[in-house]
Amino acid sequence: MSAETIGAVAALHRFGLGPRPDDLARIGSGVRDLFRSELDDKRLGPLGPVPFAGMAEAGPAIRSFLEDQRSRRVANAVPASPETMGPPVPQPPAGPAQSEPPLPQKTYREEARVRFHAMLEPLGGLGDRLLAFWSNHFAVSVNKSPQVRAFAGLLEREAIRPHLFGRFAEMLLAVETHPAMLLYLDNQQSIGPNSRAGARRGRGLNENLAREILELHTLGVAGGYGQADVTALAAAITGWTLNPPESTEGPSGVFRFNPNMHEPGERLLLGRRYPEGGFEQGRQALADIARHPATARHVARKLASHFVADEPPAAMVARLAAAFQASDGDLLVVSRTLLESPEAWMAPPTKIRTPQEFLVAAARALGRKPEAPQIIGPLAAMGQPLWQPGAPNGFPDTVAAWASPEGLKSRLDVVAAISRQAASTVDPRELIAQIFGPGISPETRSTLLGAESRYQAVALALMSPEFIRR
Amino acid sequence: MQPNDDHDGPCEAMTPSRRTVLGAAGALFAWSFVPKLAYAAPGARDPRFVLVILRGALDGLSAVPPLGDPSYEGLREGIALRRDGDMPALPLDGFFFLHPAMPNLARLYGANQAAILHAAATGYRQRSHFDGQDVLESGQPGPGQTADGWLNRLLGVLPAGEGISRKGALGIGIVPPLVVRGAAPVLGWAPPVLPRAGDDLVARLMDLYGQRDPVLARAFAQGVDVERIVNREGMAGQRARGGPDSADGMRLIAEGAAKLVNADDGPRVAALAFEGWDTHANEGGATGRLAGLLRGLDGALAAFETGLAARWKDTVVMVVTEFGRTARVNGTIGTDHGTGTVAFLVGGAVRGGRVIADWPGLKPESLHEQRDLRPTTDIRAAAKGVLSDLFGISGPVLAEKVFPGTAGLMPIKGLVA
Repeated sequence: MSAETIGAVAALHRFGLGPRPDDLARIGSGVRDLFRSELDDKRLGPLGPVPFAGMAEAGPAIRSFLEDQRSRRVANAVPASPETMGPPVPQPPAGPAQSEPPLPQKTYREEARVRFHAMLEPLGGLGDRLLAFWSNHFAVSVNKSPQVRAFAGLLEREAIRPHLFGRFAEMLLAVETHPAMLLYLDNQQSIGPNSRAGARRGRGLNENLAREILELHTLGVAGGYGQADVTALAAAITGWTLNPPESTEGPSGVFRFNPNMHEPGERLLLGRRYPEGGFEQGRQALADIARHPATARHVARKLASHFVADEPPAAMVARLAAAFQASDGDLLVVSRTLLESPEAWMAPPTKIRTPQEFLVAAARALGRKPEAPQIIGPLAAMGQPLWQPGAPNGFPDTVAAWASPEGLKSRLDVVAAISRQAASTVDPRELIAQIFGPGISPETRSTLLGAESRYQAVALALMSPEFIRR
Repeated sequence: MQPNDDHDGPCEAMTPSRRTVLGAAGALFAWSFVPKLAYAAPGARDPRFVLVILRGALDGLSAVPPLGDPSYEGLREGIALRRDGDMPALPLDGFFFLHPAMPNLARLYGANQAAILHAAATGYRQRSHFDGQDVLESGQPGPGQTADGWLNRLLGVLPAGEGISRKGALGIGIVPPLVVRGAAPVLGWAPPVLPRAGDDLVARLMDLYGQRDPVLARAFAQGVDVERIVNREGMAGQRARGGPDSADGMRLIAEGAAKLVNADDGPRVAALAFEGWDTHANEGGATGRLAGLLRGLDGALAAFETGLAARWKDTVVMVVTEFGRTARVNGTIGTDHGTGTVAFLVGGAVRGGRVIADWPGLKPESLHEQRDLRPTTDIRAAAKGVLSDLFGISGPVLAEKVFPGTAGLMPIKGLVA
């Protein structure tokens, strides 16, 4: 390691989840080996008890919840609002007192809690940082509907987490066939106009998911596709839908390929022909798109930009893209290439922690384990509500987005609330030694030591450039 | 980590150190403003300009349906608006109508305070939301140039010391819209969710950033400065209700922005964004999903009118979106990404009461790529016209600095009264 490399604390901020009180002493000078071993072991924070093991349980449960709600509404003749928009207003069905939130919101809260607590466990946490990266890459918003609200956590657990150190193509297929994504981007109701269902019902294509697969999930907007490719992919994935409630072929709400909705015929997509072949047509198209050179470049740039700098070093992007292509999209190989890139150990910490990364890092630094309201509320207050970005491109990942006037103010509001509670148990001098280490600047040190109260010192520590940059 | 109401009280003792650092913060902020004692001549207009971005691509054919076009109804099975029935579209000029969820806009149109541009678009002809929004906000000819936005560059070309350039632009939201980002000062505000942190903590943090981190110092100072106006205007106790894709959220954002822009020492230029306009499925007609969003926008326009009060006569609110949606309804009773759409100009300074459109028609052969409303009016030409009339900026400056590469695109004249 050359003398210019970033220190151990900065490396924990850049690649990991941020140090906890005893971590610096445990890691010593072995920070790079720590992250290497985390990748070797495919380590992720362990998940606590989850609300539903999988879609096979969640699908029918949410379905019967929604049916129950509907029948109560009819029974009570409460007219449904004609203008459903924005976050689903939790409408307590008439009846006995509602002490707990409706099932979709309850599920969302539990998923948020389990996910957050998992991120308190790893020593470094590179695996969980990669999980958060891919989760934002394949973003859905719980604002879409009560179903997506309930299934968003499952998308991450079922489609992203298992493939984090596997092949990109497999993660892609798992995501695009997951009910949360199919619902979020409307594919569950996209029907081939010449399919049996299309001819019968006079319905047709919805190109929402197909466009975002090409633009956001794989090739990137400059990846060389056109409107005809979007339409072809949309047709290829018609019939990728959810199992209906009356089905005898498995639980309701899980993924199902419905041949009656699938547009018959051959597809021409990015210069390749895909013969008629039911589900296989779309599956093969996704497999080819996943190994397209534009996908490698798109993924490489996003990864380097997330971990290193808004404008990442070109050599590093090229190296990541080459690793992606040479390994046929093996994400373990790509992640190792990221960790071993010299640029990632040289670049100064110019990035700003996103609100989610920040809340995790603050909880780790202060040794706190917040419950769901103290996770969901602050994230919303700081502009990054969990699994609820404003659009399918996910939350922004640039300094300008988060180091904004209101971004810093709202972050300070959250910090003030957190620090009030931590002040009784956290000694600022220990915080300096245990979380900041020797790299703390004289200005930050004297600001913290000159604070008028423990509360103030803790708040200033969390807002200091050393803590919010990475 | 429970957020609570336990924050610094107003009676907290003012320590000498706090005075010092507050002074330092003010000085830091002042540099970026280059304050000069120059005021507009008595009687001259002290204009206000607010840009509202509708993210997700507004369906202009539903917002302002061309019921006079014989092809309209056939293209819009399941979502077409009508002249009669329970919720008829509101008449504008006999050919164009307004969505029934927008009574305030109809009223302002009737009072000659709203103009509608139809078959309008930027120069962007692909169908990515994100590139489309980048082009709309950067004011650049194509995507990929996102260093700054055209409202920010506008401040840069105004004479130094003018009220407008001195007070900066207001960017609403935790992530401010690209259109206001850039070298000129940007103030930031959003309806807060939590109680604000105490003044002393703010001052000390400002001091630390001032010593260590110029980027954070600048952004934080611009956020803190707005709080003076927020407190004075009685907005301090307000909390966010609903997001920018809900009617409540839109109204609250508009009320806050109007108060800040209305303040004598506040910004003269603001930008904000409403979300949720990407109506691929179950878009609805006179009622339904899009109707709810349009009602929210209509409420926000009313909130601007109320909040700007005496300044309304000097105000232009411009409402724009990245592109339109397909002319024909798609397979899921919604619309996919398209091209031509509408833009609104609303305010007492608008020469309104008209729909400005070189209508291309909705026949199959008239559509752009056989699917979208063909754009015949460039949104940038309208923006240039408004900026030229409102702020007295010359065409060459607009074409070079604010909307680069648009020398061939003449500003639309006469939009401002």
